[in-house]
Amino acid sequence: MAELTYREAVAEGIAQEMRRDEDVVFLGEDIGAAGGVFKATVGLLKEFGPVRVRDTPISEQAILGAAMGSAMTGLKPIAEIMFSDFLAVCWDIVANEIAKARYMTGGQMSMPLVIRTANGGGSRFGAQHSQSVENWAMMVPGLKVVAPSTPADVKGLLAAAIRDPDPVMFFEQKSLYPIKGEVPDGELVDELGTAKVLRDGDDVTICALAAMVPRAIQAAEILSSEHGIEATVVDLRSLVPLDTKTILRETAKTGRLVTVEENPRLCGWGAEVASIVADENFWDLDGPVIRITTPHIPLPAADELEDATMPSADRIVREVSEKID
Amino acid sequence: MAEASKPKSVGKKSKTSTRKRSSKSSADAVQLISYYSDMLLIRRFEERAGQMYGMGLIGGFCHLYIGQEAVVVGMQGAIDDRDAVVTSYRDHGHMLACGMDPKGVMAELTGRIGGYSKGKGGSMHMFSKEKKFYGGHGIVGAQVPIGTGLAFAAKYKGTDGVSLTYLGDGAVNQGQVHEAFNMAELWDLPVIYVIENNRYGMGTSVDRASAAKDLYRLGEPFGIPGEQVDGMDVLTVRKAADKAVKHCREGKGPYILEMMTYRYRGHSMSDPAKYRTKEEVAEMREQHDPITNLSKIIVDAGKKSEEELKEIDKKVRAIVSEAAEFAQESPEPAPSELYTDVLVEA
Repeated sequence: MAELTYREAVAEGIAQEMRRDEDVVFLGEDIGAAGGVFKATVGLLKEFGPVRVRDTPISEQAILGAAMGSAMTGLKPIAEIMFSDFLAVCWDIVANEIAKARYMTGGQMSMPLVIRTANGGGSRFGAQHSQSVENWAMMVPGLKVVAPSTPADVKGLLAAAIRDPDPVMFFEQKSLYPIKGEVPDGELVDELGTAKVLRDGDDVTICALAAMVPRAIQAAEILSSEHGIEATVVDLRSLVPLDTKTILRETAKTGRLVTVEENPRLCGWGAEVASIVADENFWDLDGPVIRITTPHIPLPAADELEDATMPSADRIVREVSEKID
Repeated sequence: MAEASKPKSVGKKSKTSTRKRSSKSSADAVQLISYYSDMLLIRRFEERAGQMYGMGLIGGFCHLYIGQEAVVVGMQGAIDDRDAVVTSYRDHGHMLACGMDPKGVMAELTGRIGGYSKGKGGSMHMFSKEKKFYGGHGIVGAQVPIGTGLAFAAKYKGTDGVSLTYLGDGAVNQGQVHEAFNMAELWDLPVIYVIENNRYGMGTSVDRASAAKDLYRLGEPFGIPGEQVDGMDVLTVRKAADKAVKHCREGKGPYILEMMTYRYRGHSMSDPAKYRTKEEVAEMREQHDPITNLSKIIVDAGKKSEEELKEIDKKVRAIVSEAAEFAQESPEPAPSELYTDVLVEA
């Protein structure tokens, strides 16, 4: 076991796959010589050279076009979109082209590519560099959507995403880049579409994603010590495919569901999870689903305002303890 | 055709190497007949598609290529099986020129399981991996970064392949086209951007939509050589295509060909094309039709008689009739097809 940061795990995951497969190429803005704007790709240019690790112009549509064209003809590109907000600039290629290509070709072509992007708030970057947009991707049929919360998951899920024959949107939560965690030595390949139960409790099931996972765990400890409420915490890790088996099993066990997401309120992924649980587990529920989200506002820049916007451990504790007897 | 009568070009270094129009090519009889029959196949196929649309056998959108046949046929003559092709939604002609089976194309138009995309793509979204035809894209301009990506992969893999990336005059005003131009020249990618200037982006003429009038010069700031070509003359197209393909194969980066062409029908089947005069259309059909003009060249040169050309037309019509029958007989896709091909692994 080595201790790696979340950002180091990104580079490790990419390097592991580039070493074993010449068809993996990596494209993006500032990923090579600069080592990534979040320093998550340091060392890749040196190891793999400028043919495989390509600094691109600031042209998100051209980046994803290059990725799509090359995925259709046998390469396995990884494209970085520096901030997930910028997906709006190239959403045509994501939603109209990449996501639909397999279907529109009647299954003739697959789209083995990964779009990595820095997602989410907590860094005081304001409304155009802090959004949590994994729900945008979740809404589009034909995309897989992954958002890891730990360095080990970053490496293992990124490797799995690169090997996957389908297009994978890989959302790295940017405030997690400095966090450290144990990562198993040697080749690491995880499985997409599998949630992880990180804490076991009988009273309530909290489903969280990415940066909301450590907050949910922290909240669970406080709920236990201060309120006598024992929470199960599920790290969804992937929205598409969604591990509904684990969600339903863990929700049926406690009879209560809490979703914690960074998405703005309307049509955040928690609404979908709540809907699935209401459909499938209605008679197992002991009370209403609790959705904890950011309010339906653009994310503000100021410390106090941003902190008040994103779900915190304190807010999770407050909402859960008030609504659960 | 005023625009095409003075072909212009812009070179990477020598900017004023004006090329001469040459209808009197040294192309041999076999080649001429092959162009003739390939263009005629597209013409007859599209005429039949238009009829079937009118009969309600084809629904949705249907953008006919009638009038523009010389462009794809001339371009296709210059490439081989290393090369990839991608275009927009006016794509039936491109697919036939790529050698895709007319039956599979027509059956996709009628929404049948025998269509290239099993009925899930429709007129605008068809592909053939086998023939290296990468669509068939419904969003104006989107195929341009994708075609650039095809060239990126060809260069990365060292296949010597070239990407033929077609776009219309309307697409040149899309931002992603210029992103792609920049990347292609920056990385010396083997891509030929074939701008099919049929004078109208939907119902708006190029003059009213584009501040830049010489579309072949749009790559100039990036250093991409460009050339304006009489796209109504298959032999001229072929000559320009050879030059552009050579440029790409030699590793010199992208190339732009602006094909001055004309679509006889409306933008789509629902467009009566009232934004242009009947006289304009008639003039193009009568004076500049690529098929009629080539047939004159063939007959005048004594390569074939008019009767022999009629025999070719008969054969082409038979192929199209067979395609039309297949497209009506092929079963409709089963409801279970709804859920296949969304992902490889769900």
